[in-house]
Amino acid sequence: MTVRLMQGNEAVGWGAIAAGCRFYAGYPITPSTEIAEMLSRELPKLGGIFIQMEDEIASLAACIGASVGGLKAMTATSGPGFSLMQEHIGYAAMAEVPCVVVNVQRLGPSTGQPTSPSQGDVMQARWGTHGDHPIIVLYPTSVPEAFDLTVTAFNMAEKYRTPVILLMDEVVGHMRERFESPPLEEIQVIDRMGTDVPPEWYKPFGDTIGDVPPMPSFGSGYRYHITGLYHDPMGYPTQRLDEINPWIERVHRKINSHLEDILLYKEENLEEANTVIVAYGATARSARHAMKLARQHRHHVGLVTLYTIWPFPEELIQRVGRIARRIIVPEMNLGQLAYEVERLVGRHKVIRVNRADGEMISPQMILDALEGA
Amino acid sequence: MAKSEHTAYAYLRTTKKFPNIWCAGCGIGIVMGALIRAIDRIGLDKDDVAVVSGIGCSGRMPVYLDFNTMHTTHGRALAFATGLKLAQPKLHVIVVMGDGDALAIGGNHFIHAARRNIDLTAIVINNAIYGMTGGQYSPTTPLEMRAATAPYGHVEPPFPICELSIAAGATFVARSTVYHAIELDKLIEKAIRKVGFSVVEAVSYCHTTYGRMNKMGSAVDMMRMLKEHSVSLAAAEKLMPEERAMKIVRGVLHDVDKPDYMTLYNQVIERAKATISGKEFLRAGPGGLE
Repeated sequence: MTVRLMQGNEAVGWGAIAAGCRFYAGYPITPSTEIAEMLSRELPKLGGIFIQMEDEIASLAACIGASVGGLKAMTATSGPGFSLMQEHIGYAAMAEVPCVVVNVQRLGPSTGQPTSPSQGDVMQARWGTHGDHPIIVLYPTSVPEAFDLTVTAFNMAEKYRTPVILLMDEVVGHMRERFESPPLEEIQVIDRMGTDVPPEWYKPFGDTIGDVPPMPSFGSGYRYHITGLYHDPMGYPTQRLDEINPWIERVHRKINSHLEDILLYKEENLEEANTVIVAYGATARSARHAMKLARQHRHHVGLVTLYTIWPFPEELIQRVGRIARRIIVPEMNLGQLAYEVERLVGRHKVIRVNRADGEMISPQMILDALEGA
Repeated sequence: MAKSEHTAYAYLRTTKKFPNIWCAGCGIGIVMGALIRAIDRIGLDKDDVAVVSGIGCSGRMPVYLDFNTMHTTHGRALAFATGLKLAQPKLHVIVVMGDGDALAIGGNHFIHAARRNIDLTAIVINNAIYGMTGGQYSPTTPLEMRAATAPYGHVEPPFPICELSIAAGATFVARSTVYHAIELDKLIEKAIRKVGFSVVEAVSYCHTTYGRMNKMGSAVDMMRMLKEHSVSLAAAEKLMPEERAMKIVRGVLHDVDKPDYMTLYNQVIERAKATISGKEFLRAGPGGLE
């Protein structure tokens, strides 16, 4: 095992490589650029492909094309580029093409503050593209987690044939931390399911056990059609309700019936807690510090760190709502995930701690909220 | 001829998707026929062909074809095709677009695919209008013509597709019309055989919208116009410049050899492997390299 100092963005790149990513298409944007730079250096060593596209729209399109061609593919961007990618996040959800989109967030809206942290894209990651669609959004709090969750993002994308978004805070992307590289054989890597049925029997969007149809790549002898239109089990456009509705139900079910696998979180000191902080990303680190300080003063404070923010862990938060008298939700935005918490436990229980000026939420801000509550 | 003996039959998804969605008299089916004949003549295995399209009337072509087919988003077909081609270099990737698709919303992708010289065959079916949405003006609508969004006459000059392709770096550029179906399939064949970014402009028409708004008659009348208003490259060279400017010039307009993107990127891979082996990373884990 080697120990080294590693940057968050770099860890995302290594995580992608460890997960089997062999295609990256992207467009330069602060504060995510290091991911592109390191993959332009490392991917060709493995025979993989790096390409810098003309914009972020093309970047995700190229990733989807490469994924259909059988390569695990990723792109990375920040807020303004993430806005442009929404079109193809929807396409990937509709066409059920595995891909990973990394958004190292910056302060928005618009050009905003390119080098300041923000958690302003939480709702955009869920609802940015038009239409109802399932999505998985993962969120690391540290450099080692950036590595681990990038691997997980690829595994979930492949397993569920879905786009997966890795949201990161600028401070996690640019921070350097101790990183113990895990032995490769210990890293679990999941590849999409192939098929060995005769090509004429293959249904690219058919009903399958587990709701995720196998996906052979183009050029492998299975010729099929992919479209962003509503389609039947063969992938052909349809306007028939008896084909549209089963598709809608299946693509949502393939995520919602596997929540045990998809929802990642950590509970700390929930027993006897009368106050619980629900946090994610870099803010969870301030929250942990605040929890430790509060507990030194014999306050019963617990912490739930969310690593999967979408789908939202409803049962977990409902359980926290039954345990705790108050729930503090600190976010580097004006309150986005707090809506979800309030929806589940009631507004009266939730104390929001927010700032959206490009500065971190300090442990003191959370402590102040604890005292004031 | 029995339909099962027809060349096209073996390349169509005959059981599912017919009849097609195009208006009676539309030229897109002629381009599809030309594409099938070209592929058949080259003798490509259906598994080795991918057809990628964007959005619009032309975007519906791949669903009828028994290849690896992808109907993508408006204007972005070339970007999807770029990823697919790089991931599966053995595929012959053919991209079918309309004029609005390729040159308005997809204009950026079009010039950059040409500049990169990625080994794709781009077929632009140019009917000078947005047909599917009801006849709004496109980047190739000529000056003074009427469109659903140009009721007083169009004031923007059109993009010359072939000249734009040549300037952007395409290695093979050709033009024909849907009247010249046999010539069209020969040009498409050459374009597919070419290694590098190749463009075929297939001049078509939309009698349903453009023709009606500009009082150009039926599909047959518009087909006749393509015949009368076009000249071969050889014939065009004998014309005075002002006469030539009024004509649709047909033929191979540009054909140069230069290494395509994948050939050059394979050199990048060789150079990268020569520095630190990828195998070292696989052995030592992510922390083992820097």
